[in-house]
Amino acid sequence: MSGDPLVEVRDLEMHFPLTRGVVLQRQYGAVRAVDGVSFSVGRGETFGLVGESGCGKSTTGRLIMRLLEPTGGQVLFEGEDITHSGRRELAPLRRDAQMVFQDPYSSLNPRKTVGSIIAEPFIIHGLASSADERRREVRDLMDRVGLNPEHYNRYPHQFSGGQRQRIGVARAIALKPKLLVADEPVSALDVSIQAQIINLLQDLQSELGLTLIFIAHDLSVVRHMCDRIAVMYLGKIVELTASEICFTEPRHPYTGALLASVPIPDPSISSVGRRPVLKGDVPSPSAPPAGCRFHTRCPKAQALCSQQEPPLAEQVNGSMVACHFPLDQAEATALLPK
Amino acid sequence: MSPLLSVRDLKVSFDTEDGVVAAVSGVSYDVEAGKTLGIVGESGSGKTVGTLTIMGLTRAVNTKISGEALFDGKDLLTSSEQQMRSIRGDEIAMIFQDPLSSLHPFFTIGAQLVEAIQVHRNVSKAAARDRAAELLGMVGLSDPRSRLSSYPHEFSGGMRQRVMIAMALANDPRLLIADEPTTALDVTVQAQILELIADLQRQTGTAMIIITHDLGVVAEVADEIAVMYAGRIVEQASAADLFANPQHPYTRGLLASIPRLDRDRSIGLDPIAGRPPSMISPPGGCAFHPRCPRAFDRCSEELPQLEAVAGSSNHRVACLLEPAERSRKA
Amino acid sequence: MVRYIARRLLWVVFLLLAVSFITFIIFYLLPSADPAALRAGRQPSPSLVASIRHQLGLDQPWYVQYGRYMKNLILHFDFGYSYQNGTPVRQLIFSRLPASISLAAGAAFLWLVVGLGVGIIAAVRPRTKLDRASMGLALVGISAPVYWLGLVALYLFSSDIGVIPILPGANSYVPLSENPFSWFTSLIMPWCVLAVSFAAFYSRLLRGNLTEVLDEDYIRTARAKGLSERRVVLRHGLRSAITPIVTIFGLDLGILLGGAILTETVFNIPGIGRLSYASIVRSDLPVIQGTVLLGAFFIVFANLFVDIIYAFLDPRVRYQ
Repeated sequence: MSGDPLVEVRDLEMHFPLTRGVVLQRQYGAVRAVDGVSFSVGRGETFGLVGESGCGKSTTGRLIMRLLEPTGGQVLFEGEDITHSGRRELAPLRRDAQMVFQDPYSSLNPRKTVGSIIAEPFIIHGLASSADERRREVRDLMDRVGLNPEHYNRYPHQFSGGQRQRIGVARAIALKPKLLVADEPVSALDVSIQAQIINLLQDLQSELGLTLIFIAHDLSVVRHMCDRIAVMYLGKIVELTASEICFTEPRHPYTGALLASVPIPDPSISSVGRRPVLKGDVPSPSAPPAGCRFHTRCPKAQALCSQQEPPLAEQVNGSMVACHFPLDQAEATALLPK
Repeated sequence: MSPLLSVRDLKVSFDTEDGVVAAVSGVSYDVEAGKTLGIVGESGSGKTVGTLTIMGLTRAVNTKISGEALFDGKDLLTSSEQQMRSIRGDEIAMIFQDPLSSLHPFFTIGAQLVEAIQVHRNVSKAAARDRAAELLGMVGLSDPRSRLSSYPHEFSGGMRQRVMIAMALANDPRLLIADEPTTALDVTVQAQILELIADLQRQTGTAMIIITHDLGVVAEVADEIAVMYAGRIVEQASAADLFANPQHPYTRGLLASIPRLDRDRSIGLDPIAGRPPSMISPPGGCAFHPRCPRAFDRCSEELPQLEAVAGSSNHRVACLLEPAERSRKA
Repeated sequence: MVRYIARRLLWVVFLLLAVSFITFIIFYLLPSADPAALRAGRQPSPSLVASIRHQLGLDQPWYVQYGRYMKNLILHFDFGYSYQNGTPVRQLIFSRLPASISLAAGAAFLWLVVGLGVGIIAAVRPRTKLDRASMGLALVGISAPVYWLGLVALYLFSSDIGVIPILPGANSYVPLSENPFSWFTSLIMPWCVLAVSFAAFYSRLLRGNLTEVLDEDYIRTARAKGLSERRVVLRHGLRSAITPIVTIFGLDLGILLGGAILTETVFNIPGIGRLSYASIVRSDLPVIQGTVLLGAFFIVFANLFVDIIYAFLDPRVRYQ
């Protein structure tokens, strides 16, 4: 990481209220989707947000994009506090930060041609004023993401899933953004297509100097893509570390369990003994367990874990880990594929 | 010993408004008693349609089915609907991908389990409920008896899939067909379910066909693997052989294109170009040839047959390349 | 659940108050014939009209009139007296109610049996000739106006003017308490005529729902269990497909109990529908108020009832 971070979040919170009543609404609880998350992302970096469903990774992405307004904490973009900025103040963010979504089927307007979908950002931001200029830009973009520019006038349904995701990427990079938030960009795609999109994102990142926030549940993909990783569980970061360290020296028992759970496409790598199957499912974020949120499923949990929430603290290997009893290297190694 | 299930030259096609979809075009495999066959393929490869057809669940006026599927010597494809009903859920059971949508939202878990038992067993409702509770206990649900009166929406995803497994095992089937059983689940829950399936299989000796797109999952559970592409099996081998010595360019391409948890980032991904073909007008010759980096003239003209790889008794591949050519880097 | 129902009941009271107020205001504000003049007969003297007006309380400001009306209604369940002939509105309504209930209940039974039956058959044989024919016919049924159907039916079957005179025609309604057999035969035609469009609509609705449900994953599960196709469709499929129809049925029935104006008029059945029609023609405010309130009462209660039933039908629905 060099210089100032591009994005920084401090104690970020998003509590969605649960209400009852129609006319007189009363709040009786909240889904703590994101509950005190802090990290920063440097320019040009690929930062991964990983976790299982309900961990708050997608919500965090939407908060950074300011598609949601946080209920607590701060979001800083290029040092500017945008936590509660209004529509007008967000205009530069809307150009400099773009998003790619999981579902390439539902995130494209089916009644618009691909050309006009990709041209939309230019029109919204009043760039590339003449139609000719726009068409040239769009064709360039299509070529760049590996679409045939001659298919300018086709509609999204005439494209396959992978091609539609390319359209989404083209639209996102149209304005040469500084930040790209990719929320599960490959998980809806066929296996043979995923690698195409992963490589495309990596190529674009190095060409355009993009900063990438990569949100995914697939740890293998995250390992392949990211420089640094935040592992989330029930709205909190449990481990924040460099990618290589995360996958070789996990310190949080949850990270370890995640790594041990991923099946490896190689029968010679035995899963036997590697896998301490975690008990149960993720608890509901509307009633997270007291103390460490992971203690109900943690194989190392002790009395302290249910009473006191562990802070994110730096370990010897440089990782930030929120755990009272982090894994030692022997325990970690036992969980990794060999 | 003859195999439990023996499928020969299975073909399934659907008449649609857009044309004839050749979903499965000549698939043959055997499943031995107590063993697990993994069928790997992407969407549209015909992996699901094939097994649904064996279960008699694709029969319709616009469906054409041919071939043979001998289960215990009896051809399932020509069996009457009534005969199939007595086999389904009894001797052959299925688990599906999405446990939420696969359970009826308006009936209790207990009612759905009891129904599954009573279709095939002439037992009282009380006895069926006892059995249902026993099954829920078997798949690892705590306090099984009180769970019987819960509805599916009151359960988490992992618990629902356990219920589906319990329902499938209700009548001690000899063959279990699991269609993407863990795809909709979180990774830690997937690990639980895979472990559970393996445990139960050890206990009951049920044979299994597991259908998935996830090479990691088959590597873990399957004894034998069939790789499908565009309605055909392109390669078939024991799990160990397939991963150690993949022959078909498609299998090799898949393995090279998936990022692996146990590999450093510096190892780049080598994607397969293009996309899966349309099943209405698939390419002539080998269906993979337009995407194959090693394709040559013959590939677009001649349909390769599944043939044994030299030096291996049960490793078969459908590719026109010379064996030495296949493993050379393109 | 109890708290939910209590809250909903409060809401019902509020709605009925609002409805009564709005009808009152509409009637009061809009130019309509002067009820006093109507009552006074031909060429009345201005003093007679004025005295009638005073007698009916029409010379008082609207809020006094409304207040008095509501007071009598709430304290004595008194809907006032018809301007036309001085009969108590309560008595008018209660004497007409059995006919409307007879008509609505019989027709509802008929359209449920026919509509759901046809819907199921069409759904399990999609895109067959049977399906296409029944759905085409249903479309005709939905489009055919009730008064036209009624007149055609009378022309064909009524004992007085019919081509095949086999059924009692218009004006033949006999209360159930008087003669059950005549009651039944006199209502056969009105039931059928009223049920046609509903049956057609319900069959199309059920066909649509059921076709969709039969594609659901849990139907595949039911088949994979080895259930018979009959059980798959009738137990697993119908259970889901019929749930939204229950809602619509409750509302339709609620509306019809408030009077089926067209059918009652064509067949000259002395029900609420004809009562309200006649009272509108004569600017008979107390009767209009009474019938509107009755209609509103049936609709809001049908609504409440449907919501409660729904919680039993769909276990995912929980009211707090």
